Amino acid sequence: MSRRKTERLLNLVICLLATRRPLSAEQIRHAVPGYDRDGDEAFQRMFERDKNELREIGIPIDVVRDPWEEEPGYRIQRQSYELPEITLEPDEAAVLGLAAQVWQRASLAEAASGALLKLRAGGVATDESIGGGVGGGALELRVDTRDPAFPALWNAVRDRRVVRFDYRGAGSENVRERTVEPWGVVSRRGRWYLAGFDRDRRAPRAFRLSRITGQVATVGRPGAVEVPEGVDLRAMVGFPEDPAPERTALVRVRQGACEGLRQLATAVHPGSEGWDEAELVFTDTERLAGWMASLGADVEVVEPPDAREAVIRRLKGALA
Amino acid sequence: MSGSADRLPRLLALVPYLMSHPGAQVGEVAEVFGLSEKQLIDDLQLVWMCGLPGHTPGDLIDVSWDGGEIVIDNADTIARPLRLGIDEASALLVALRMLAAMPELAEVPGDALPRVVAKLERAAGEGAAEVSSQVAVDVDAAPDALPRVRDGLTRRRRLSLRYYVPGRDEVTPREVDPMRLVVADGRTYLEGWCYRAEAMRLFRLDRVLGVDVLDVPADPPAEAEPIDVTRGVFRPSPTDELVELEVSAAGRWVAEYYPCERLAELGEGRLRVTLRARDEDWVVKLALRLGDTGRVVSPPAMAERVREQAERALALYAHRS
Repeated sequence: MSRRKTERLLNLVICLLATRRPLSAEQIRHAVPGYDRDGDEAFQRMFERDKNELREIGIPIDVVRDPWEEEPGYRIQRQSYELPEITLEPDEAAVLGLAAQVWQRASLAEAASGALLKLRAGGVATDESIGGGVGGGALELRVDTRDPAFPALWNAVRDRRVVRFDYRGAGSENVRERTVEPWGVVSRRGRWYLAGFDRDRRAPRAFRLSRITGQVATVGRPGAVEVPEGVDLRAMVGFPEDPAPERTALVRVRQGACEGLRQLATAVHPGSEGWDEAELVFTDTERLAGWMASLGADVEVVEPPDAREAVIRRLKGALA
Repeated sequence: MSGSADRLPRLLALVPYLMSHPGAQVGEVAEVFGLSEKQLIDDLQLVWMCGLPGHTPGDLIDVSWDGGEIVIDNADTIARPLRLGIDEASALLVALRMLAAMPELAEVPGDALPRVVAKLERAAGEGAAEVSSQVAVDVDAAPDALPRVRDGLTRRRRLSLRYYVPGRDEVTPREVDPMRLVVADGRTYLEGWCYRAEAMRLFRLDRVLGVDVLDVPADPPAEAEPIDVTRGVFRPSPTDELVELEVSAAGRWVAEYYPCERLAELGEGRLRVTLRARDEDWVVKLALRLGDTGRVVSPPAMAERVREQAERALALYAHRS
């Protein structure tokens, strides 16, 4: 943005805030320096662009259509422009300081620091150094939104817009296009998920952001998405309610090895000829098999047979 | 906030800031706004050119910075900052709700959290409260080790940990001078000076199998500087060996789980992953775990070790299957 343009926009904001009665475009043209030099058409285009830019940074411009006037009038209402009076107690300021440093990536980090700056400009004490006061300065919170799809999905959730993207299901060889009514985004164990209504499957679904490939496109108009009342986003991305039943595996463990496994075992029975026996509780056979295979020749799964087979399959796979 | 596209929002915050901090120093204001003193003065010169329609001297904003002390006048129209945008308020509200969901960690005094949430919702434009309830950050439930670790932190006592390292399937005893808690990627870590490594380390609390608070004051050496976690908790050393793996669609989790140097799509969901290996054993364990869903491409010696280990392990099963 050129200096001249910034000047013009600042004057425009002041002009629209100062006026009691809505001003027509023509009146604005005469009142705000920078518009006067140009022809009618050039002015119209410039004024349109300027209004859009002000709205983009959150400035509410009222358009007043008086039935007795031909042209609409413009103004900015003070009470919808101004940050309301706000005061924070020291403990509130400390909490806010901590919250403001949570976000790590540009989009939200800038939004958070922008908010803090406005509050400080409004005379609110939000000294960031007090942020360390929570937990005696001994706590740091970080949330990363590294997935490229995050900013687009945040915007879609905010604007209630349907989205379309290419998605690779877990372990799937294919990428499929999905059309989703976004209800929210949730971070769980450091991974981001989109929760919403999958229009292709006609059912609520959760999508991992890291499995979205390419761009997220919006479909249709803002405001089109209805979030059902009482929907529990966290539950939508949680583990299935009915996890597999717990089972116990019996494994032989080489003596002097697999310290971690021994710590996590429910029981370890000393054995002979260099081997002990351990019992491990598990639910997911493949997860157990992955762990056991990773320990190589230091462990042998004795039973159950399906877990034993799963380990053999992995080891053969690694050999191939 | 120094790009020119951000200049107008900055000016609309700068003027109210100067109004509410009369006599503020150039250097101090520049720092608050993330500007050089030269940039700030350029902003002040621009503001000085603006004002009410008419633009006679009496209409213009009056600003001076004699002797580095900024005085502003005649700027009543924009004396208050712009109200918080939806993104701005939501970014703070989501973070505050996350804090509220982890009382064991944040230990926020009294009811400061709900109070500040209510104030922010009031100060924000419409919609922010709603949007912020559609974005949630879950943090793992408080790990068992937390109360004792916290005790060590507040009383500044050395901790004795039994720490599980899954990559090597080891449990190692560690003496650690605790320095702070770090919550990142949805997990809670203890950061402290580790006497075994003689360096700063992050310990994932759910991998702390046991912890004792020792009767020894924590006394980390002067060089114990906090680890910069702004770019992720795990940052492999640039001197670690580069390893290339090819994984199938079922092995793509590797790319989501570990920081990778390079990724290349190979079609049909296959992926070539280049990452830095902390040690050779770690790579071998990963390859064995992957089975037929991934293989080491290079270095060849590493691929050979994987085959050897797989053969040795299979021999155990061959003798009685």
